[in-house]
Amino acid sequence: MNAELSIRDLWAQVEDKVILKGTNLTVRTGEIHALMGPNGSGKSTLANVLMGNPFYQVTKGEVLYKGEDLVAMAPDERARKGLFIAFQYPVSIPGVTMASFLRTAVSARRGFDKDGLMSLAEFQKLVRAKVEELQVDPAVLGRYVNEGFSGGEKKRAEILQMAVLEPEIAIMDETDSGLDVDAVKIVAAGVNRMYETSGRTLGVLVITHYPRILKYIQPTTVHVMFDGRIVTSGDAELADELDQIGYDGIRAQYEQVAADVAHEGEVRSAGKVFWVRH
Amino acid sequence: MAVANPLGIDLDQYKYGFRDPEDTYAFKSRKGLDREIVQMISHMKSEPDWMRAYRLHSLGVFEKKPTPTWGGNVGEINFDDIYYYVKPMENQGKTWEEVPENIKKTFDRLGIPEAEKKFLAGVGAQYESEVVYHSLREEWTKQGVVFLDMDSALREHPDIVKEYFGTVVPPEDNKFAALNSSVWSGGSFVYVPAGVHVDIPLQAYFRINAQNMGQFERTLIIAEPGSYVHYVEGCTAPTYTSDSLHSAVVEIIVKEGARVRYTTIQNWSKNVYNLVTKRAVAYRDATMEWVDGNLGSKLTMKYPSVYMLEPGAKAEILSIAFAGEGQHQDPGGKVIHAAPHTQSSVVSKSISKSGGRAGYRGLVKIYPGARGSKCAVRCDALILDERSRSDTYPTMEIDEDDVQVTHEATVSKVSDEQLFYLMSRGINQDEAMNMIVRGFIEPIARELPMEYSVELNKLIALEMEGSVG
Repeated sequence: MNAELSIRDLWAQVEDKVILKGTNLTVRTGEIHALMGPNGSGKSTLANVLMGNPFYQVTKGEVLYKGEDLVAMAPDERARKGLFIAFQYPVSIPGVTMASFLRTAVSARRGFDKDGLMSLAEFQKLVRAKVEELQVDPAVLGRYVNEGFSGGEKKRAEILQMAVLEPEIAIMDETDSGLDVDAVKIVAAGVNRMYETSGRTLGVLVITHYPRILKYIQPTTVHVMFDGRIVTSGDAELADELDQIGYDGIRAQYEQVAADVAHEGEVRSAGKVFWVRH
Repeated sequence: MAVANPLGIDLDQYKYGFRDPEDTYAFKSRKGLDREIVQMISHMKSEPDWMRAYRLHSLGVFEKKPTPTWGGNVGEINFDDIYYYVKPMENQGKTWEEVPENIKKTFDRLGIPEAEKKFLAGVGAQYESEVVYHSLREEWTKQGVVFLDMDSALREHPDIVKEYFGTVVPPEDNKFAALNSSVWSGGSFVYVPAGVHVDIPLQAYFRINAQNMGQFERTLIIAEPGSYVHYVEGCTAPTYTSDSLHSAVVEIIVKEGARVRYTTIQNWSKNVYNLVTKRAVAYRDATMEWVDGNLGSKLTMKYPSVYMLEPGAKAEILSIAFAGEGQHQDPGGKVIHAAPHTQSSVVSKSISKSGGRAGYRGLVKIYPGARGSKCAVRCDALILDERSRSDTYPTMEIDEDDVQVTHEATVSKVSDEQLFYLMSRGINQDEAMNMIVRGFIEPIARELPMEYSVELNKLIALEMEGSVG
């Protein structure tokens, strides 16, 4: 089944600070999108808003997920419907083991009753396979959720959760930040395997500041965000270009195009799409 | 007045269903407390003279001691409105059909086995585990272990009882210890000979008889040198009583190199004042461990203590308290270092919700000369909503320089970040809150015997229901 996440003119703020200022983006299963942008451009805010973090308020626009109003759903409902986020800063839950957390989560995702849990045998079989696939130390299952994890361990634990929950649309919020190149490769290999084995039932939105991770995860589309809006989109080459000319270079191009446009709207230029403010 | 309780059990209905004392009890004293009542209790039990004298002396102490004005509000207790001695009939004559539906339902939700349910509801004197315990008892008897109710112990082992009874908690200790000393009934007596390790926890609730369920039970445990025993009392299923005062005394003697662990889970109904004095003395290289969980009651004041009297003695106190609406949990612990190179650790976890009040009240005392002693106290409070309260009263009296003492205290609220994280994985808000609370008490829950730990988690889940707004 195809899932589609469609973000239309989304505005969001934290207290009085407006961060998203009319974001438009559509991600479908079978696609890998990269969302890039300088610090403070609103990438992580978008990720959190999509997952329903109560810290952020949506003030305008809409997000449709599988045709339904995502903004109206509680975070747990979004997750049960197949949306996932790998957090940039996962919090720890002292006293709760990864195993018990994963079992509760996967049981919820798979629609077991309120108090029902997947059988221990079935769960162990599932989690063992995932642990092996992702080359995660199985000892992590006996540890408390993210408690005392190194940066790399946290990121890998997020990917393990993703693998166990088998989402349809996964958002990876700066999963590469703070990882050395080997760790980035392992994480990327895990995501690629999930994407390939899913048979086009997984769509991924990779949020990143640096083009580095995109060497290992090939995006179908690349978007650049400035100041709460996506200003340009293109194919994988956009990431290479960004690597060469930097955000300032992209910003200069965008500002040039915006100045040149007589009629407001969409302008196509050199394989990229510039989105100019209506 | 309806008694608030989040289990959704109508206690008034319960009381109604179980009210018919004339038919149910073989004997019941009149209300109130005086010399005549105390003499009558001793007479009914055919006790030796020394015990009668002890009871009467204790009554005098009780009458002279003022009611404590600290801790919780015990001023409301009307001592004249209490039955101090009730002797149940062998067969209480209740049937399972008479037990209110909602109590049966609670037992079901806790997953309590059929036989235990009947027992817990006060139905039937026989309990199937007796069969299991019979062979165990033979094994213990061969090793010289004595595990009896206190009244039987006084009859069968009067010399041991006389030697130790009241030596750890004298009636002069506090008003409620004096009250217990004058009217005690039931409780357990455990004697473990030198070098004997009792492998299976002794569980009062498995072999409980009506006498153990008393309001004023008295427990005495003697662990001879090099022995080990784990004693478990209480249970996580709701304990219903129409009596509003529970005042027990527990005395434990841990001799050289011995180790005793005493685990309590209490879940009294929410009209009960639970005022208990628990104390142990630990001799050279002995270890005493208190594991104490308090869920029920209107007010609990309970501070398990360990007096480390000789070098190398160790004490560990683990305490959980959960206070819901209308409840005040005032638990804690005392560790007294009276010899060099003694070590203690106190970990307290309290949870308050729906306007409940929970906390920690503790004493660390290190006497001059207790060189090289170590003490670590950690108390964590989790407050689940704006209306609830946590109090921490740590007292430290340290009269020796060559010691290491640490105290850590945290007060936290369930963080929105944690809730969001769990919910982002598909876990609903109630279950997410439960998980955080379970995680909070996990360091103590894992110390409980498995079945208690499972029941405790279920019970907390029940208490937590609807706590998320």
